[in-house]
Amino acid sequence: MELAGITKRFPGVVANHDIHLTVRRGTVHALCGENGAGKSTLMKILYGMQKPDEGTITLDGEQVTLHTPADAIARGIGMVHQHFMLADNLTVLENVVLGAEKLHGIGNKARKKIKEISDAYGLGVRPDVLVEDLGVADRQRVEILKVLYRGARTLILDEPTAVLVPQEVDALFDNLRELKSEGLTVIFISHKLGEVLSVADDITVIRRGTTVGTAIPSETTPKQLAELMVGEELPSPETRESTVTDVPMLTVDGLHLSATDSDGVVRAVLDGITFTIHKGEVLGLAGVEGNGQAELVEAIMGMRTPDGGVVTLDGADITKAPTRKRREDGIGYIPEDRHRHGLLLEAPLWENRILGHVTEKPNSKRGLIDIKAARADTERIVREYDVRTPGIEVTAASLSGGNQQKLIVGREMSHLPKLLIAAHPTRGVDVGAQAQIWDQIREARREGLAVLLISADLDELIGLSDTLRVMFRGRLVADADPATITPEELGSAMTGAASGHLEHQEDAEGAEGAEPSEPDAPAEGGTSGDDKPDADEKPDADDASEKKSEPKTDTKSDKKTDKKEGGDAK
Amino acid sequence: MKKFDKNKLILGLAAPVLAIVAALVITSIIIAATGQDPLHAYEVMVDFGSKADSQVWIINKATPYYLSALAVAIGFRMNLFNIGVDGQYRIAAFFAAVVGGALTLPGIVQVPVIIIVAMIVGAIWAGIAGLLKVTRGVNEVISTIMLNAIGASVIGYFLQDGRLAEKEGNLIHTPYLPDSAHFFEIPTTPKPIYGFVVIAALAGVAYWFVLNRTRFGFDLRTVGRSESAAQASGVSVKRMVITAMVLSGAMAGLVGMPTLLGVSYNYGTDFPVGIGFTGIAIALLGRNNPFGMALAALLWGFLERTGTQLEFEGYAQEIVGVIQGVIVLCVVIAYEIVRRYGLKVQQRKVGEELAAQARKSDKAEVSA
Repeated sequence: MELAGITKRFPGVVANHDIHLTVRRGTVHALCGENGAGKSTLMKILYGMQKPDEGTITLDGEQVTLHTPADAIARGIGMVHQHFMLADNLTVLENVVLGAEKLHGIGNKARKKIKEISDAYGLGVRPDVLVEDLGVADRQRVEILKVLYRGARTLILDEPTAVLVPQEVDALFDNLRELKSEGLTVIFISHKLGEVLSVADDITVIRRGTTVGTAIPSETTPKQLAELMVGEELPSPETRESTVTDVPMLTVDGLHLSATDSDGVVRAVLDGITFTIHKGEVLGLAGVEGNGQAELVEAIMGMRTPDGGVVTLDGADITKAPTRKRREDGIGYIPEDRHRHGLLLEAPLWENRILGHVTEKPNSKRGLIDIKAARADTERIVREYDVRTPGIEVTAASLSGGNQQKLIVGREMSHLPKLLIAAHPTRGVDVGAQAQIWDQIREARREGLAVLLISADLDELIGLSDTLRVMFRGRLVADADPATITPEELGSAMTGAASGHLEHQEDAEGAEGAEPSEPDAPAEGGTSGDDKPDADEKPDADDASEKKSEPKTDTKSDKKTDKKEGGDAK
Repeated sequence: MKKFDKNKLILGLAAPVLAIVAALVITSIIIAATGQDPLHAYEVMVDFGSKADSQVWIINKATPYYLSALAVAIGFRMNLFNIGVDGQYRIAAFFAAVVGGALTLPGIVQVPVIIIVAMIVGAIWAGIAGLLKVTRGVNEVISTIMLNAIGASVIGYFLQDGRLAEKEGNLIHTPYLPDSAHFFEIPTTPKPIYGFVVIAALAGVAYWFVLNRTRFGFDLRTVGRSESAAQASGVSVKRMVITAMVLSGAMAGLVGMPTLLGVSYNYGTDFPVGIGFTGIAIALLGRNNPFGMALAALLWGFLERTGTQLEFEGYAQEIVGVIQGVIVLCVVIAYEIVRRYGLKVQQRKVGEELAAQARKSDKAEVSA
């Protein structure tokens, strides 16, 4: 397959410009680039969802024009979307045959075919299970099977690992290798360099809408690749000197929350959650999504009423306080789903700046909105937090995800929170904005901010946190020291395979290295020298105030110091 | 920044112009299809509608329409569809008439008492729907429609000779309000304008101020835009639903007042009905904007006034109903088209800006 000179313009912007991509049959070809680099547009062109303005697509030596996804499917191209397109209330079989009933019917013939494909590529799909009973990794395999069922010989996987824990990623890669060995072609879109290097045969890097280079994994280091991708040195989420104090800021004690699930069964979503975050401490919460993290955040924010337990903020019991009171008392909130919880998409930026802080200065005075002050302050946030926008009158929906997030971070930080709840603060954010957000969190932490950090990006979690906890099925099952733990070790606790205090294994390589680790390369994080794996005191699982007497000792020089000072300057 | 505002103004004007042109074209086609001359029809309407007595009539008609539209718009601004303004204003006017008829106080007390009773009754009636939504999850569209029917039955029960009403000829109505309860009029020729138009204008200003300038209004609009974001921002959505319904109902309580205090001085079987539904159309037409709704209410009055004249000229009177329907549809569609177009333009602008910034990003990074 070959794409040559592909250019795609959207009104006012060029999404793809002169793209060249050659994919050899029977290989895994990775397409790298940061968010917004134009990977998705390119894949949509390849899948017939959009037509290129210029350029040609050649499949097996034959030049083709793809008008619709149906054309692409007919030519053996299949796509596995980042967001699964499955009907939860149907079985795997039903989902697979949906829309492809003509191929093998909907009965035993289809079931046989599914089994056949599943066995051939080692997918391990059970056709008669309801999709809603499947985990994320299984769902993904169903998606892959769906594509194969339709006769695809070329698979496009859009960010397939974003939702998986490391162990699941390995399983996925085994599947991909299986596919490859059967002569199928896989195009793998990712911005996680470690993964790309471990699975791909060829790599093409896209930056700002154009192909900037190709690489062969065996001859490339993640660092080279990252620099190719970003065009500059990669930021690191690592926090070096500890700023943890012994003053508790947030104390959660025995929090319990039950909720009724779709079957009408009452289940404990949060059970016996107890922890303390001190001033200047970042507590990282690891866990596969859906294990109660979202509920915990909402309980602390007062958006859900727990049925047991006490929440104390800065010495004051806020268990019964309404959300607005908690916000006024100094909880900043960077929500997991910024579109649902953090923004009014159709409102202008200055109204979004008021959101959540309507009772606080400068947004209002004596019950009245102070539009002038709010607008002036929005201008300031746009300036100081580098929100890229033509003005504060544009709607939040017009901004890119990273800029929306910068606006939210700026807004929350502007009210000098005592506690920041940051749920996936850099999700869907490009590398530049990511670095900024990290800097701002570090900066505020140094000034005594307590942070509850929830992230699916284990490197971010390990890099930024002072303390790590693992959440599984509504309980805090394990804790770990971010100075020594590796993403893989954390991942095993996230799946429930390990619990209690996670001891770093001697033979494995530690995460605490002299070099800043690459945030996008999980494997890379642990490769640098492990000079003192046991120097750090292991926190005690039952003692909520584990960190107070043993601040981290690794205060070594940091490559990013200049960057931090850049943050200080404003 | 200035250029942006100019674009915004053009976009803002584009929608109504587009809507009016489209509505004119469509109604012309419809009139022509009935074998009549559309241009002549418009001529008749404009001539007749601009007469002095027509103007007074239109303003007097538009006053309750406007209040009704405000009541509906309060709900719309937070995604509540209060379809029960009709029942709310009727039951409010009925009990206000009963209270007013039973009391004889000086006008300065009597009039406010009647108005306040009407607002309270309207608020309670709408509040029931709000309460049901919050506690039982009953959709407000259904509950308010039901409450319309219940309200009509309640009025029907009490509006009988010997209960709360008296008989006069063929009509049954509540006792007349004392003279002290008559609202002032603006002496115009040939007929006076109801003084309640002043209250309506004040209500419009209050609506604008509360929604756009107060914390409460911000919270209310936040809920309307995104319930989840509102909740996360610290607004109690449930309380806001009840408050908005209560406010909407209180506003609805005013709808019957121009008639009660300015024309009929009682609530009888001939009390106007259906203004609540007209209010929905006007709120849609005026895009919940206090000024826009005032224009829409006047337009509505104009169409109704001139419709009767069209009949004399041999046109089918139903044509006015058709025009009204077409206008509402055109406005809703035109605004949606313009809104989407505006959003696209804006996104493109943002895209351009970003592309421009990206070109000099290295420097931007440093200065940031």
